[in-house]
Amino acid sequence: MCATCGCGDGAGARIVEPGTHTHAEGHTHTHADGHTHTHADGHTHAHADDGHTHTHADADGHTHADGHTHAQPDTETLTLETRILAKNDALAEQNRTWLRARGVRAVNLMSSPGSGKTTLLERTITALAGSVAVRVIEGDQETTFDADRIAAAGAPVLQVNTGSGCHLDALMVSTALRRLDPHDGLVLIENVGNLVCPALFDLGEDARVVIMSVTEGADKPLKYPHIFAAASIVVLNKIDLLPYVDFDTDRFAHDVGLVNRRAQILSVSATRGDGLDEWLDWLAPTRQVAATLTT
Amino acid sequence: MIPGIEVFRLTNPGVRARMVRFYDQIQREGGGRVHELAIAESVVETIAARTGERTVHKIHLEVGRLSGVSADALRFCFEVAAADTAADGATLVIDEPPGRAHCVTCGEEFVVEEPVLLCGCGSSDVRVLAGEELRILSVEVSR
Repeated sequence: MCATCGCGDGAGARIVEPGTHTHAEGHTHTHADGHTHTHADGHTHAHADDGHTHTHADADGHTHADGHTHAQPDTETLTLETRILAKNDALAEQNRTWLRARGVRAVNLMSSPGSGKTTLLERTITALAGSVAVRVIEGDQETTFDADRIAAAGAPVLQVNTGSGCHLDALMVSTALRRLDPHDGLVLIENVGNLVCPALFDLGEDARVVIMSVTEGADKPLKYPHIFAAASIVVLNKIDLLPYVDFDTDRFAHDVGLVNRRAQILSVSATRGDGLDEWLDWLAPTRQVAATLTT
Repeated sequence: MIPGIEVFRLTNPGVRARMVRFYDQIQREGGGRVHELAIAESVVETIAARTGERTVHKIHLEVGRLSGVSADALRFCFEVAAADTAADGATLVIDEPPGRAHCVTCGEEFVVEEPVLLCGCGSSDVRVLAGEELRILSVEVSR
């Protein structure tokens, strides 16, 4: 390697005295034309005069006084300036357009495992039966346990097993939507139980719900701010257990407000029925309210 | 009423096997943050759609500190996602712009470390200005 001009060492640009420089191996030579240039690192080229080669850092755009040309560097840098999730976001937008054209409202339900969202879905399906068409996309890493429960509750359901994937994405939902073929009403998308990953992936939904239960602890909004920040509404489930657990509802409401000023908090008990009317009012405002909707 | 329950998978077997191994490792480490793998796959796919079979030498990303994506986890996941693709072995350069926000109440502009939006004045009426970036800036490929 040449210690003077830095040929091939990748150390960045160096400046060579016009006319002559010394190589590490000890030989000296003179450039016939006496030109000066700066090398970047990496590319090689032949000089027109004596045929010796240098290594340049990269396409550094230098010019030569005598106008001689080089062979092209072997790499080039392309400016992309694109969002990493552009492909998912474009697909999500297609889903959204497709759903709107059919008059279907899609809601993305996100929570950690065990928050009771499948139970809430079962209650929702039962309550809306005969009034609003409900279809469900179930996202789980493995098994069809949840989909079996939804099917038993009486709603068309499609299970998406993501395997090791920790969230649903717009492509999975697109495929599932076309199979479910909704033409009105609601599509409820139960995302994979996870409070981190689903927040980043737009599915084409109209609204995002974060469901949390009082058994999980009131510190969740600050521990998982991204998912709470992405929520249109926060459902606090299992409030029937409040007398038995240490859960500070005021602190929870305060902390949700810190990461998301807009999200309303609905307190419900999916098993006992508390707050279900408010939940259904938000979810399906056009439903026909029956006199004995909840227990 | 019930059209049936169907199970389908969308990833190819090779990718799936790598994801399973990776996911197992994450679980052993007590983590659970694996969305960086999907992000890394999206990086590889997006670049491939633009540059095809050309060998990728260097990728310059922007991953804001409020984006919810860990740059370190992304580096690890990138190796998995890029294996056997044109981006295999490519250098990943990641800029991590800090979070910046503007307080609507007092007008102050300040640095945000966490996506918890609270101004020093006590107001949470805060608009994020920077830090949520998740972008591919440029890519160095063979000619």
